[in-house]
Amino acid sequence: MSPRLFELMLKAAGYTVAISVAAIAIGLLIGLLVCAAKLSPRPWLRWPATLFVSFFRGVPLLVQLLLIYNLLPVLGLAVPSVVAALIGLSLCTAAYQAENLRGGFTSVPRGLLEAADMAGLSPWQQFRRIRAPIALRLTVPALVNEAILILKASSLISVVGVVELTRTAQNLAASTYEPLLFYSAAGGLYLAINWLVAAGGSLTERALRRGRLA
Amino acid sequence: MSFDVSVVLAALPAILSGLKVTLGIWLAAAAMGVVLGFVVAALRHFGPAPLGLALRLVVEVLRGTPFLVQIFLLYFGGPYVGLSLDPVPAGLLGLTVYAAAYFSEIFRAGFAAVPRGHVEAAHCVGLTRAQIVRRILVPEMTMLVLPQCVNMAVILVKETAVLSVIAVPEATGVISAIGSQQYAFLEALFLLAVIYWGLVEACGWAGRMIERRLSKFRFA
Repeated sequence: MSPRLFELMLKAAGYTVAISVAAIAIGLLIGLLVCAAKLSPRPWLRWPATLFVSFFRGVPLLVQLLLIYNLLPVLGLAVPSVVAALIGLSLCTAAYQAENLRGGFTSVPRGLLEAADMAGLSPWQQFRRIRAPIALRLTVPALVNEAILILKASSLISVVGVVELTRTAQNLAASTYEPLLFYSAAGGLYLAINWLVAAGGSLTERALRRGRLA
Repeated sequence: MSFDVSVVLAALPAILSGLKVTLGIWLAAAAMGVVLGFVVAALRHFGPAPLGLALRLVVEVLRGTPFLVQIFLLYFGGPYVGLSLDPVPAGLLGLTVYAAAYFSEIFRAGFAAVPRGHVEAAHCVGLTRAQIVRRILVPEMTMLVLPQCVNMAVILVKETAVLSVIAVPEATGVISAIGSQQYAFLEALFLLAVIYWGLVEACGWAGRMIERRLSKFRFA
């Protein structure tokens, strides 16, 4: 592979990382809202959140992406395919992250909350000082896992025409007649990115265990 | 806009054939993936160290790369190394190997979760290695790994949709093709989403039923 083509692949890998990071961040925000709705005592909040999670976890991402890509223009929103892809990825990861967060929040020990009540902390203080830090710490491993899943899943946005890593490999494989080389290179780049994310994740987890980050 | 699913439903025989391919590939890949994954996990657990290391590397690569890239490599790169496969066999092979990597990790964790004392006790009463696997490890870990296996089966249903990109005539490929022929793309995708949603929910429900049935066999 010539250096110029390799540079193209690296740039495409950067694009894949950028889109994945954006999707994870947006998905975390939406996931927090969905999680809050799911843990709410009000059924009219809980019910749509449950439906949201069930739908986005029950339908293949490829179908979701095609659906959003074709639905937006009908609704009068002619957005570039990257935006449609980003919306699809974010909504999908939001559903998974909402479930992870719910797991975190429901495993905060009851005794701690009772103690906080006794100590006279307001509900907001309890959330801010006890529930949120503990729940988020418990969710870090799942979040790292989800980041890796989304990095891999972002390859599917190539199908709706976003030129990220997989699509670039596809284009180069077609124009050079060297599919083995370019698909292996793409695979190697995904692998390297995922290893970095996993390594970063375990460093964060260790730092959290030592209590340096709260 | 008009939204009329009946336009798509008019092509019912084609839809059913697509569904049949989806279900067939899913069940076959899941079943073969479980068997192959079990063999890999057993080889990593009992086999010689170099083999274990090599298998670990393969599993890591399969789990660290997107299924789409794997299937492209197999389908478009395969012919360059003498592996020319039609879409359906290529899809089946790709999905099986992909599934096996994940199942092998589930089983590896299952092996590790069986209390060591049980295995040592089995050794002491003179069970052979094969007997230990068949009588101790497999029964004890079945309950432990069942939820993850159901979860993996659900992931595999959804991954079959990816096979549409190499022209496997499964549900996503067939139904979206009908949609574009009839100018009813949204209706087709909506129908597809509902079909997968139903399949996934049914699979999860079946998994919970089996778990409840087998819960009396929980040892560890």
